[in-house]
Amino acid sequence: MIRIEVTRRPQPSRLLSAFSPLIALGLTIIAGSIMFMALGKNPVAALYSYFVEPLTEVWSLHELAIKAAPLILIAVGLSVCYRANVWNIGAEGQFTFGAIFGSALPVLLPGFQGPLVLPLMLLCGVVGGMAWAFIPAVLKVRFGTNEILTSLMLVYVAGLFLDWLVRGPWRSPEGFNFPETIRFHEDAVLPAIWFASGRAHWGFVFAIVAAVAVWFLLERTLKGFEIRMMGQSPRAARFAGFSSGKVVFFALLLSGGLAGLAGISEVSGAIGQLRPVISPGYGFAAIIVAFLGRLNPLGIIAAGLVLALSYLGGEAAQISLGISDKAARVFQGLLLFFVLASDTLIHYRVRLMRTVKAGGGDA
Amino acid sequence: MLEAILLTIATAATPLLLAAIGELVAERSGVLNLGVEGMMIMGAVAAFAVAYTTGNPWLGALAGALAGVSFSLLFGLLTLTLATNQVASGLALTILGLGASGMLGESFVGLPGVKLEAVSIPVLSDLPLVGRLLFGQDPFFYLSILLGIGVWWFLFRSRAGLELRSVGANHASAHALGLKVIRVRYLAVMFGGLCAGLAGAQLTLVYTPQWVENMSAGRGWIALALVVFASWRPGRIVVGAYLFGAVSIGQLHAQALGIGLPSQLLSALPYLATIAVLVLISRDRRATLMNTPASLGQPFVPDR
Repeated sequence: MIRIEVTRRPQPSRLLSAFSPLIALGLTIIAGSIMFMALGKNPVAALYSYFVEPLTEVWSLHELAIKAAPLILIAVGLSVCYRANVWNIGAEGQFTFGAIFGSALPVLLPGFQGPLVLPLMLLCGVVGGMAWAFIPAVLKVRFGTNEILTSLMLVYVAGLFLDWLVRGPWRSPEGFNFPETIRFHEDAVLPAIWFASGRAHWGFVFAIVAAVAVWFLLERTLKGFEIRMMGQSPRAARFAGFSSGKVVFFALLLSGGLAGLAGISEVSGAIGQLRPVISPGYGFAAIIVAFLGRLNPLGIIAAGLVLALSYLGGEAAQISLGISDKAARVFQGLLLFFVLASDTLIHYRVRLMRTVKAGGGDA
Repeated sequence: MLEAILLTIATAATPLLLAAIGELVAERSGVLNLGVEGMMIMGAVAAFAVAYTTGNPWLGALAGALAGVSFSLLFGLLTLTLATNQVASGLALTILGLGASGMLGESFVGLPGVKLEAVSIPVLSDLPLVGRLLFGQDPFFYLSILLGIGVWWFLFRSRAGLELRSVGANHASAHALGLKVIRVRYLAVMFGGLCAGLAGAQLTLVYTPQWVENMSAGRGWIALALVVFASWRPGRIVVGAYLFGAVSIGQLHAQALGIGLPSQLLSALPYLATIAVLVLISRDRRATLMNTPASLGQPFVPDR
């Protein structure tokens, strides 16, 4: 019998701490190749169209930035939550609510135009996301209700609310009965960063700025220290005079606000109207991004690009090789598995041991 | 009419009851497995695929159970052997399950499923009033009720159950007493996977015999909430599952009757009810703390 034995390292390994995401990526690629072979596809060709092909053309680099923007924005907020040991898994709902709040202006007041529209929309988006995250925050602080379950339940509620809006009161009168709002007017559309080459919008810039700002907050400010301490050792943090309730509110509202910003940026920059479905699961994929980036906002930028690539690669592989686009989600799930498994290497030594039975008989 | 409604409530409650009773055992041993939704949907797709291919729904149920167990082993490998964060690993299991089931089930979308028919127990099912309700149901219903009773007996009346609870209450002491913490937890997690897989199988073999992507629709999460709602007690899980079954069937009937409310609001009711119930139950912090397995969610690495 061979078994796996885990022993705690005296100190976390710095080397592995840097390399564990790469190990995880490598393992995912191996597992993915096996999956492609099982599907009867050439793994080399499949991996090429997944991870290389989207990087070879300018337009698809723009698509990469469009997909990475919400992933990074949401994951940066989640990293603050998870560092503080607050388990917000309802970012998808906060994303949706931010999109709804932000869209209210161009949908309900299409006559109101001018340079003020866009900043107001973005602000509303942030407020919408914060409002949706406020619910699990207040329930956790006031009643001790588990935020994992409440934030997740609110994802379904937000999705149904959006569905009701676009099929009911907000449905476009000129939309031939399609469930969608009117298209946003020009002033309500988040502009492209660099018109000449493609359609990547300012959401990507917001994502990078947010990542750098939150990195600074976490690593260089007292608030960041408070958050990290509350996550690692809540008792010590309380002795230091930090309030756990305040940290819960701060973490959830920050991540809700960023998810809301991601929502309105996506709707305003990439879609141009509200529809029943506005996200291919960004809020959940961002959980993977947060862990792949090792809960470090700068690492999350790189991780967000990797996950965005898996979305694009999924589409590319479907077109060129006829591989189901669902394979991308399997990839993403596998990646999170391997990320978590590789993180074990940082704190523990993992060895394969042969068990020898006492008494000497062959085991 | 009333009997028909009660029957559908039982059908809606059964997958919740199955999944929650499995998760209860896992959590009593100290393991928080947030992957219930993932194990359930894998059970659903495996059950549909095997039942459709072989034409035998019993084999489908078996396949669903096996899919749940093998998925739970993946979770066990991560959290028990490799001592990873249980919350994150459970989420990974759910994300992987939703993705993998979507891919595996793609070729089964829109195909007619095989239904596991009700099995009437002779004589008893002819009893007036409760006969059909209690003894004229599908096998999953009987199994869920038997599991509810069986788990209660196991946890509170058997030695092995006492050991399992002590592992969940304080894994260091249990280890010091010579209990095999990791082994007990593996078995508990596998039982949770078995139940979640069966719950998924019930969805595709009884509830709606067809395969639709994401058809578990958050039931795994509601099952997790039920465990908290029930304060980790099997009897209350049964009550909770039937309450939720009643809410979800009630909203369906309300939609059919067309009572002026938007259908989306009615569809949101089970989720809103979950939140309301969680708030009500967690308001009493003392009672919650007393009932929560003290080692819940904490990884255990024995000193060597």
